Amino acid sequence: MKVRVKLFATLRNGRDKDKVYELNEKTKIKDVIEMLNIDRGDVKILLINGQDADFETELNDGDIVAIFPPVGGG
Amino acid sequence: MFGFRGTLLRVNLTTGEIKKEPLNLELAKKYIGGRGLGTKIYYDEVGPNVDAFDEKNKLIVMTGPLSGTQTPTGGRYMVITKSPLTGTIACSNSGGFFGAELKNAGYDGIIVEGKAEKPVYLSIEDDKVEIKDATHLWGKVVSETTDELKKVSPEKSRIMCIGPAGEKLSKIAAIINDYDRAAGRSGVGAVMGSKNLKAIVAKGTTKVDIYDKDGLKASLQDKMKKIKDNGVTGQGLPTYGTAVLVNIINENGVFPTNNFQEAYFEKADNISGETMTDKYLVRKNPCYACPIACGRWVKIEALNMEAGGPEYETLWAFGSDCGVDDIQSIFLANHYCNEYGLDTISAGATIAAAMELYQKGLVKDDELDGLSLKFGDKDAMVEWTKKMGKREGFGDKLAEGSYRLCEMYGVPELSMSVKKQELPAYDPRAIQGHGLQYATSNRGGCHVRGYMISPEILGLPEKLDRHTLEGKAEWVKVFQDLTAAIDSLGLCLFTSFALGAADYAEMLNLVCGFNLTSDELLEAGDRIYNLERMFNLDAGIKPEEDTLPKRLLEDAIPEGPSKGHVHRLSELLPKYYEVRGWDENGIPTKEKLEALGLKNI
Repeated sequence: MKVRVKLFATLRNGRDKDKVYELNEKTKIKDVIEMLNIDRGDVKILLINGQDADFETELNDGDIVAIFPPVGGG
Repeated sequence: MFGFRGTLLRVNLTTGEIKKEPLNLELAKKYIGGRGLGTKIYYDEVGPNVDAFDEKNKLIVMTGPLSGTQTPTGGRYMVITKSPLTGTIACSNSGGFFGAELKNAGYDGIIVEGKAEKPVYLSIEDDKVEIKDATHLWGKVVSETTDELKKVSPEKSRIMCIGPAGEKLSKIAAIINDYDRAAGRSGVGAVMGSKNLKAIVAKGTTKVDIYDKDGLKASLQDKMKKIKDNGVTGQGLPTYGTAVLVNIINENGVFPTNNFQEAYFEKADNISGETMTDKYLVRKNPCYACPIACGRWVKIEALNMEAGGPEYETLWAFGSDCGVDDIQSIFLANHYCNEYGLDTISAGATIAAAMELYQKGLVKDDELDGLSLKFGDKDAMVEWTKKMGKREGFGDKLAEGSYRLCEMYGVPELSMSVKKQELPAYDPRAIQGHGLQYATSNRGGCHVRGYMISPEILGLPEKLDRHTLEGKAEWVKVFQDLTAAIDSLGLCLFTSFALGAADYAEMLNLVCGFNLTSDELLEAGDRIYNLERMFNLDAGIKPEEDTLPKRLLEDAIPEGPSKGHVHRLSELLPKYYEVRGWDENGIPTKEKLEALGLKNI
């Protein structure tokens, strides 16, 4: 299945900021994070198709995953 | 006296009289300082029934007890007055260095009364306070005004002033200090203009006395560590500034686009914090005593210069809200807002509303002097910003803000505002608590009266489901109360990503020698919130105005990740009134006011 992964802020350092990956069925977000060599502790917000998700959320074909470190402002 | 300097300046511009009055410490304890104490003084001295531009209106410049100390971000000041935009109490808050300098000069605040016959500025150099002629400065933009005043003032003076927008009584005029920091919202710059007061210059050589210096030193080490260790204040904000929010708000599908007609902006990354940092950031531009340093200093290519960069809200207002994805054009619009003295949120959002009026055929080409008013026209957007600042042509109507503009064309509902003040950069249709906060903010549409984005989007201090209603009324109340307290202390709200009520109470106690508990600090926030509410009710702002634009209540978000949602205000508001201790009509009950020590209000 194809999943689009978007990275933001410091997570972009040394990585593709927006890329489509060919993944196995039943892949979870935590697997993607591991695959991209991202430290779990650096991840604060996970979205799938703009809705809140967590490390254990299973991905589906066509999903858009957005991964953010802690961010804030106003 | 510790923390406070113990002196208020009272300046009457009609008579030219300048008085130094003792600060009422008992009152200060009850209302903390800054926003709270300033509002209390305003309420007692002026009351709710004066017109914003009436000579009888006063402009109160207040610092907090922590302003001018080494507490993190302790450089802030507030401007309290009646708002010409909303008719509510106005309290606009700014960073930079002016607030700390005023404190160093020996004053907790300035009460400006009356109206000068001709343009003047106020010069404060420790004990020496004078009203001086500013005829030669009238009409000048902020940078020229500041430069000129620096030449004739003591070295390292700090200056707050208005630009042409404030002089011309634009209802969305800001006060700008230190070139690019704004007491931005609610038109406080126009009140200053109505008094013929162009600027206030401050220079001080003495420091705030600290009650427990050693205790504070240890406490500050702890607070600084918390701020450094926190992902937002230690990394996100320092690296990218507030602009870091562009992508996350957009990815959630709550990034208002084309005057809130949509909520997802395809090209958001072009105007994001990541793009600004990678391509145009020259350096950070921190405020006084700030370990976060979210302020930006950027390269503006068209002017071949470097200047203060836009905040998140500004990137949105002149960006997606106007359908513009060119970050350099936003830099320019931001720069002209700083120069003319305009609130960037209201200015950008008013242009966006005008663009919708044009899109709908309500504003016609013959009004526009050949300039485009189409969504996405970046150059026209920059030109309209300047024309708004000068009240030139159609810019004269823009200077009134979006509500009055849309009303002129018979469609006030196209103004995306609450109580006539433009909403900021978060679509509340899919952030229920934040929408409740917009509807009940005491200064109209505003994000910094209770920043529910923090729990509902950013997951701080914990993650809440942004679509649910459960518990949101309670969260909004706590956020509003804590915010009122932090503002009043003289600290920046951004510290609250890392610090809690107990941290603030601890610093206040060490600086001032008080022994306030964190509950008492929050209660002071509650007191301030209720005082502001009573002011607004007395000023004729009806509880029915605790609402959102019709579009956000009735029309679902059309596309993007938050497609299909509307704001469910009617389900939240009764609970909020109940949690606040107000009756079902939104009026604070006698018991509630008595419990807060407000029974004489």
